[in-house]
Amino acid sequence: MDLSYTDEEKAFREEVRAFLAEKLPKAVSDKVRAGISLGKEGHDDWHATLNEKGWLAFNWPREFGGAEWNAVQRHIFEEECALAYAPRIVPFGLSMLGPVLQKFGSKAQQDYFLPRILNGAHWWCQGYSEPGAGSDLASLKTRAVRDGDHYVVNGQKTWTTLGQYANWIFCLVRTDPEAKQQEGISFLLIDMDTPGIEVRPIVLLDGTPEVNEVFFDNVRVPVENLVGEENKGWTYAKYLLTHERTNIAGVGFSQAGLDAVKRIARIESAGGRPLIENPHFAARLARIEIDLMGMATTNMRIISQAAAGQAPGVESSMLKVKGTTIRQEINDLTRRAVGPYAMPFASEMIEGDNDPVGPDYAAPVAVQYFNNRKLSIFGGSNEIQRGIIAKMKMGG
Amino acid sequence: MDFNLTEERRMLQETLRRYLTDRYTTEVRNGIISSEAGLSAEIWAELAELGVIGALFAESDGGFGGAGFDIATVFGELGRAGVVEPFLDTAVLGGGLVAALGDDGQKALLGDVIAGGLHLALAHGEPASRYDLSRVETSVRGDGDDVVLSGRKAVVINAEAAGYLIVSARESGGFFDLDGISLFLVPAGSKGVTLRGYPMLAGGRAAELVLDEVRLPGTARLGEAGKGFAPLMDAVAAANVALAAETVGAMESAVELTRAYLMTRKQFGRPIGTFQALQHRFADLLIELEQARSAVINAAGHLEAPDRDRQIAAARNLIARAGRLVAEEAIQMHGGIAMTQEYELAHIAKRIVMAEHRFGDADYHLERFIALSAA
Ligand SMILES: Cc1cc2nc3c(=O)[nH]c(=O)nc-3n(C[C@H](O)[C@H](O)[C@H](O)COP(=O)(O)OP(=O)(O)OC[C@H]3O[C@@H](n4cnc5c(N)ncnc54)[C@H](O)[C@@H]3O)c2cc1C
Repeated sequence: MDLSYTDEEKAFREEVRAFLAEKLPKAVSDKVRAGISLGKEGHDDWHATLNEKGWLAFNWPREFGGAEWNAVQRHIFEEECALAYAPRIVPFGLSMLGPVLQKFGSKAQQDYFLPRILNGAHWWCQGYSEPGAGSDLASLKTRAVRDGDHYVVNGQKTWTTLGQYANWIFCLVRTDPEAKQQEGISFLLIDMDTPGIEVRPIVLLDGTPEVNEVFFDNVRVPVENLVGEENKGWTYAKYLLTHERTNIAGVGFSQAGLDAVKRIARIESAGGRPLIENPHFAARLARIEIDLMGMATTNMRIISQAAAGQAPGVESSMLKVKGTTIRQEINDLTRRAVGPYAMPFASEMIEGDNDPVGPDYAAPVAVQYFNNRKLSIFGGSNEIQRGIIAKMKMGG
Repeated sequence: MDFNLTEERRMLQETLRRYLTDRYTTEVRNGIISSEAGLSAEIWAELAELGVIGALFAESDGGFGGAGFDIATVFGELGRAGVVEPFLDTAVLGGGLVAALGDDGQKALLGDVIAGGLHLALAHGEPASRYDLSRVETSVRGDGDDVVLSGRKAVVINAEAAGYLIVSARESGGFFDLDGISLFLVPAGSKGVTLRGYPMLAGGRAAELVLDEVRLPGTARLGEAGKGFAPLMDAVAAANVALAAETVGAMESAVELTRAYLMTRKQFGRPIGTFQALQHRFADLLIELEQARSAVINAAGHLEAPDRDRQIAAARNLIARAGRLVAEEAIQMHGGIAMTQEYELAHIAKRIVMAEHRFGDADYHLERFIALSAA
């Protein structure tokens, strides 16, 4: 056992830090810290900065323009980014679709789409869920019927994150309604400018327009936009999910969140003393920190195995459950920490620059608390993950 | 023992439930939340007409209730429907203080309050006071027959609609002293008062208040000089009963919505309520809800008793814990749909959780309970 990073890994961390110190504008990290939306442009700019350095597609092989980092390097990078309040890399093109195209896409698809993910020409969104198909994704109903050299798509997707910024959507569609559920699904790439597509925003409980419904009315999609084989889409979708679940533990986010709540608790006072000295608050804080220390090591154990070439199995489900629970606990504690100033709703804060009502750190915390309820719902709900864990260990 | 509501309270409960079910739909309420005023004057008037405000005052003050169980009955119903109108601020806090402390002239305002024609707000909390009720830095000094107030007040709910603000200020003593706090009735628009209004996440509006040398006649004083703390504690005790009942009402709605959804939402070819993983958790919500109902009864039943403060601390601690569980589990068991503003549960969950930020969260009430139990 050796719990320290190697010299190369330490040097790599320094390199990442130096890069962030030089290239991450303070105005941007301030927005991320304050929970203010960056808008499409803000994300595009950060992607461009990373792309210039060759770090945008850090999980892609070099032949496709990626950095081909191993699991430890990815972890270090993601942790440093979270601690520096760098914007998240928007995952849809880079960590979801990219790997699928690299493994299952045609040469023509790889040549056309991958560079456009890197240079920001295409903003992708994920068209999996439907009103009737959430946890039971394989029950999806959106139909694609072959008509000459096109598919004609009809149906509805929902919960499409940032679909309002997207010009392309990758969809799971039903191509064979007769086959067993999982065997009649195909993976289609659809240009959002095609006639017959309508995007309607869904306002979330915190007032943010983060997700959308996407309607398809006789949308004609060229057959060359089918990924891999017809009716094999479920295999590709499952492959994508294994990539969606990288950085699932979100250790860096939790670490940054914990630092933030400590900072707040040193400023806030309760009964005439700093909140951080209040025994009940301190106990809550300590419990979370202890849990996070445990999870960080579990995460590193799994990452080391992955770096040694072992595919994570049930562990990623475990990390999803524990990682999201810890993040939600931190959000809850932060909400408590700010006291009555959690109550104001600074809707203008979400996309604007207005003065906050109370201390600036208080403005986003209630919104973040409610918004992050999503963490245990999407990407395979925590109930579904527990089902997977039990099934893998007990069979059935 | 008899745990039934009196006939009058039962009728009030039924009337309110019927009215709110018909009138205060999700759509209407969401419209009110996004409106500039943040409250509906029409619905306020209609509810006043139904006796909602009168039920919160004793007969001697022109009402027909005012006891703990009157408050619990009214706020339980308001909570079920997720009502955002400021009955707590105008009636329980503002009206309660005027009723307790007002001279005849000041008490004359209560007729208007009960009829729905006048709003009040309590401006007590300050930017640094958090939940500490005795921490008052806003100052008052006498100047001939006048008094002059200076300071800042934080998250003053209903300040913009209020015809009068009840402002606490320190007459003497240090920042945390219980003695030396006085209360003043400050007419809206008084010179030197600046409001910065804003909406709140769970609906309704509040304001940050700056008092810059606000000069009032000495007759603006409410109650005795320097003796404001005890009556403030009384008003806050009643407000805590109201908040507890309101939260439990909202929890009832959250549990009911979850029950209905678990029975109708199908995944994997069957209602999700048939999954045992969800059934047990739903059962836990029902268990906690009963605990919370009992906590409201304990608090309401002791509003006039010597053990009042300890009972109230217990109730609010229990309900804060149970409320958080219900809000989070109800959302989780719904899945994505509960994350949308359009769906009733979203607002109900916000009411439950954000109630913890008024007059003390779970830890604050736990500490009070420990201190009061040791005393
Ligand atoms: C903010 C947000 C963003 C999203 N972004 C996207 C996106 O970009 N693209 C996309 O395709 N989708 C997206 N989703 C959808 C997300 O993947 C689904 O919400 C998720 O799959 C759950 O489905 P559901 O909401 O329909 O809940 P349901 O599947 O109806 O589940 C309801 C409840 O039942 C539980 N449950 C279901 N089955 C079982 C079982 N067998 N055993 C025990 N419990 C069970 C669930 O865990 C949950 O608690 C997003 C969702 C949210 C909230």
